[in-house]
Amino acid sequence: MNGVTVSAKVNGDAVQYVCPPDESLLDVLRNRLNLTGVKEGCGTGDCGACSITLDGRLVCSCLVLGAEAEGREIGTVEGLSEGGKLHTLQEQFIEKAALQCGICTPGFLVAAKVLLERNSNPSEEEIRYALAGNLCRCTGYDKIVRAVQSSAKIMRRGKKASR
Amino acid sequence: MPYETDYTNQGFSKVGTRVNRPDGVDKVTGRAKYGADANAAGQLVGRILRSPHAHALITKIDTSKAEKLPGVKAVLTGKDFPDLTGGDRGMMNILENCMARGRALYDGHAVAAVAAIDADTANEALKLIKVTYKQLPHVTDVDEAMKPSAPIIHDWVRTTGVTPAPTTASNVAQRTEFGHGDIDAGFAQADVIIEKSFKTEQTHQGYIEPHACLATLGPDGSGELWVTTQGHFTFRNVCASLLGLDVAKLRVTASEIGGGFGGKTHVWTEPVALQLSRRANRPVKLVMSRDEVFKATGPTSSTSVDVKIGAKRNGKITAASAELRYQSGAFPGMWAMLGAMTSFACYDLKNVKSVGFDVLVNRPKVAAYRAPSAPMAAFAVESVVDMVAAELGMDAVEFRIKNAAKKGTKASYGPVYGPIGIGPTLEAVKNHPHMKRKLGKNQGRGVACGFWFNFGGQTCTDLNIGVDGSVNLTVGTVDVGGSRASLALIAAEELGIDYEQVRVTIGDTNSLGHNDTTEGSRGTFSSGMAAIFAARDAVEVLKQRAAATWGIPVEQVVWEAGEARAKGKQNNNLPPLSLKEIAAKSPRTGGPIAGHNEVVADGAGVSFASHMCDVEVDPETGATKILRYTVVQDAGKAIHPDYVEGQFQGGAAQGIGWALNEEYVYGDDGRLQNAGFLDYRIPVCSDLPFIDTQILEIPNPNHPYGVRGVGETSIVPPLAAIGNAVSNAVGVRMDHVPMSPPRILKAIEAAQG
Amino acid sequence: MQVQLSGILSQAAGGARCVDCAGATIGELLQALLLKYPEMQSHLDDGIAVAINGEIYRDRRDQPIPANADVFLLPRIQGG
Ligand code: FES
Ligand code: FES
Repeated sequence: MNGVTVSAKVNGDAVQYVCPPDESLLDVLRNRLNLTGVKEGCGTGDCGACSITLDGRLVCSCLVLGAEAEGREIGTVEGLSEGGKLHTLQEQFIEKAALQCGICTPGFLVAAKVLLERNSNPSEEEIRYALAGNLCRCTGYDKIVRAVQSSAKIMRRGKKASR
Repeated sequence: MPYETDYTNQGFSKVGTRVNRPDGVDKVTGRAKYGADANAAGQLVGRILRSPHAHALITKIDTSKAEKLPGVKAVLTGKDFPDLTGGDRGMMNILENCMARGRALYDGHAVAAVAAIDADTANEALKLIKVTYKQLPHVTDVDEAMKPSAPIIHDWVRTTGVTPAPTTASNVAQRTEFGHGDIDAGFAQADVIIEKSFKTEQTHQGYIEPHACLATLGPDGSGELWVTTQGHFTFRNVCASLLGLDVAKLRVTASEIGGGFGGKTHVWTEPVALQLSRRANRPVKLVMSRDEVFKATGPTSSTSVDVKIGAKRNGKITAASAELRYQSGAFPGMWAMLGAMTSFACYDLKNVKSVGFDVLVNRPKVAAYRAPSAPMAAFAVESVVDMVAAELGMDAVEFRIKNAAKKGTKASYGPVYGPIGIGPTLEAVKNHPHMKRKLGKNQGRGVACGFWFNFGGQTCTDLNIGVDGSVNLTVGTVDVGGSRASLALIAAEELGIDYEQVRVTIGDTNSLGHNDTTEGSRGTFSSGMAAIFAARDAVEVLKQRAAATWGIPVEQVVWEAGEARAKGKQNNNLPPLSLKEIAAKSPRTGGPIAGHNEVVADGAGVSFASHMCDVEVDPETGATKILRYTVVQDAGKAIHPDYVEGQFQGGAAQGIGWALNEEYVYGDDGRLQNAGFLDYRIPVCSDLPFIDTQILEIPNPNHPYGVRGVGETSIVPPLAAIGNAVSNAVGVRMDHVPMSPPRILKAIEAAQG
Repeated sequence: MQVQLSGILSQAAGGARCVDCAGATIGELLQALLLKYPEMQSHLDDGIAVAINGEIYRDRRDQPIPANADVFLLPRIQGG
């Protein structure tokens, strides 16, 4: 194997891995770094289960090569909570029953976090379009959208309070 | 100990509340382990080679080059799976579907498998396997396959259900018939008769998690299987029997399951993974790609259905008949039969007849998909019901109410109904604000009803109380959508303790007795029933321990609000003992406290739903937008309303996708052209509105809490509800699902001449 | 008691849609039926569900059958 050595940051920690030049970042995360919270639903960029952030941008990790992550900052579902405290989105997904089987949940959480970082008060339509790259077959999206709406509200309140 | 399963109308303090699910944190942090998330030291990667042809003789398979490739540890073909079925045709069909035996029966049929040290080597090995095919004529359309000129899929299939029994092979595996009365006499009385034919295309369950397993099988015949499944006990039995293993020596653990909807009730690659592992004597991880999932696992039938309904001017249906042709893929199924049974189940009919034909084609073996076969039959029947109402000048909801089945109605599939909820769901529809919303240009409203049976089945649970008073409930049904929360609520209710004190674990096959597959909406119904009884079992022990502590007869002890209380004046001085206190003393009062129950939880109670839907159709593009969608369904008793609503919404969304977009597209070459989520488009977030729900609670007389199965019925009405809505919007009767933009445009153009 | 047979099962009873058969439980009923109509065996192997007063029992062989109950035999069915 002609491996490529890559240094990157995952959820804030420096990591180093060797992977074949054609291996997807999804496979690197799951198989080499043991971050199995990142899911594979299709491997072709169509389901969003593998959603991560790359330097803060939302991407499908199945469409990125492991080698491309050199020097970059990767964020996965495993990095959402801080210490013992769940992220508001995580709390609200549980609270609002926004998951049934849960296989799509990591991808939705990462995508929703990126949305709320850019737009703290999205409309229902904005939420629906921002999450349109993530497939969920169980919920009909109803409770997912509601969980994102209530998270946005809570997070806005939190920001005001800390100001 | 046997317990009464009858409904008791008891009050509830926990059941019916919206608590947080116990596995929530695992699932929002990425910690929950699904099928592809387990690994074992020294594991190999398994891969499967699949037929590129719809139908072909496999004249030769040369695996020698693949076997010599460094890193390849096992290569298997059909001949590596000896026939141990003892003449059981059903088992042989399962085996042959897992690995072709001399003939490839559909595009994607497995023909060989490899296990290698890594994915690259395994893929390389697949390329080195040389298969020589001789292509055979194929057929993929259900109506075509029934013609006498069609290529025969299996020369051993004789149509059952016809007399005299045929002596020649046919693609029609089975004819079934249900009904009663005299339909000819009924139609003769009718003032209005409508007859129409419908088609529905094949769809996939579309669970986001592909099939995945980690198999370990030693030369001694002992093994482990970690797998995403709806029924680990069934998988164990089937794999053991196909591979000649002792059932007790194969331990199957159900991973978290990333959706199933019926598609994970059948084995696909699991026996192959086990056999690869046995050959290589190393663990083998086998994960399907999305393309494989579409090509080789569980779609539902494509169908062709004729319906005829006659009614009097006063709105009473006098006769109804249907002929339903369902393809079951390359192996016989019971799918048309289920369509025939469910087609007219919502109505009170004097004269009714439905005939089903199960038909073989060169497509993947059909698997159950949520209320299997009912949505297609409902699409055809509920469309004609609307047409008859229109012809009579009656409101479509009133017409349905007038003909709805009720307690005492002889169901179209035979039996007489007990208390059922079709009437109440329709009344709820009639009074729902949804029905009063104004519709604009190019908009239409549709209503439809649906029915499903629901099952119970074999169930076994254990309930263990820790010394600190916390409780572990072990069940053998998997958690497909929040059932851990519902079951913990039930255990807490029975024991009178906090919900948070209960933890629910899904036991593996070696920790509990047999549990049937989690199908037929049985999870919460049957494990819930077993949990109630296991808890009552434990309460008996708790009472005995309290009695012994107090030195009084156990008859004087009752269990109330989570504590043992001594009854009678003579015991006035005895303060109650809480579950916690009794548990703390248990090491010295007789050891661990546990409850256990095994039950065949029959009587799951039939369920009915009525859906309302408003759509807007763009006459230029033919695209349909769902404006509003409302589900009304009878749940018996909603243990956890959030997850009941979730089932309603999820089923509706799947039905919406089926109605508008989803379809398997086969080319003239018999190959599947859209085996991916890009071209097989399931609804995304921006396609749907909020889906409104209304839960009715008409208690099931056969469950202590009145619970009915809720998981499946919600997918039955949508095809028809949307079909009626679109037809009303464009003024043309839609008769082909999915109602994709090109089909709608074509229908509009055809109507305009 | 009168036992009604759905389409495919009636064939095993020579085409009769309704047969006379006795049994205090589902198990007894099926046994009696098999004695009378040995061809039922293949359907029993595939699985038979018994509807008693509209409630469908797929598995419970010890389920009592009340007097005058409406009894209907169906092929065993499958769900998702
Ligand atoms: S796995 Fe990457 S989008 Fe589906
Ligand atoms: S919860 Fe199952 S796919 Fe979204």
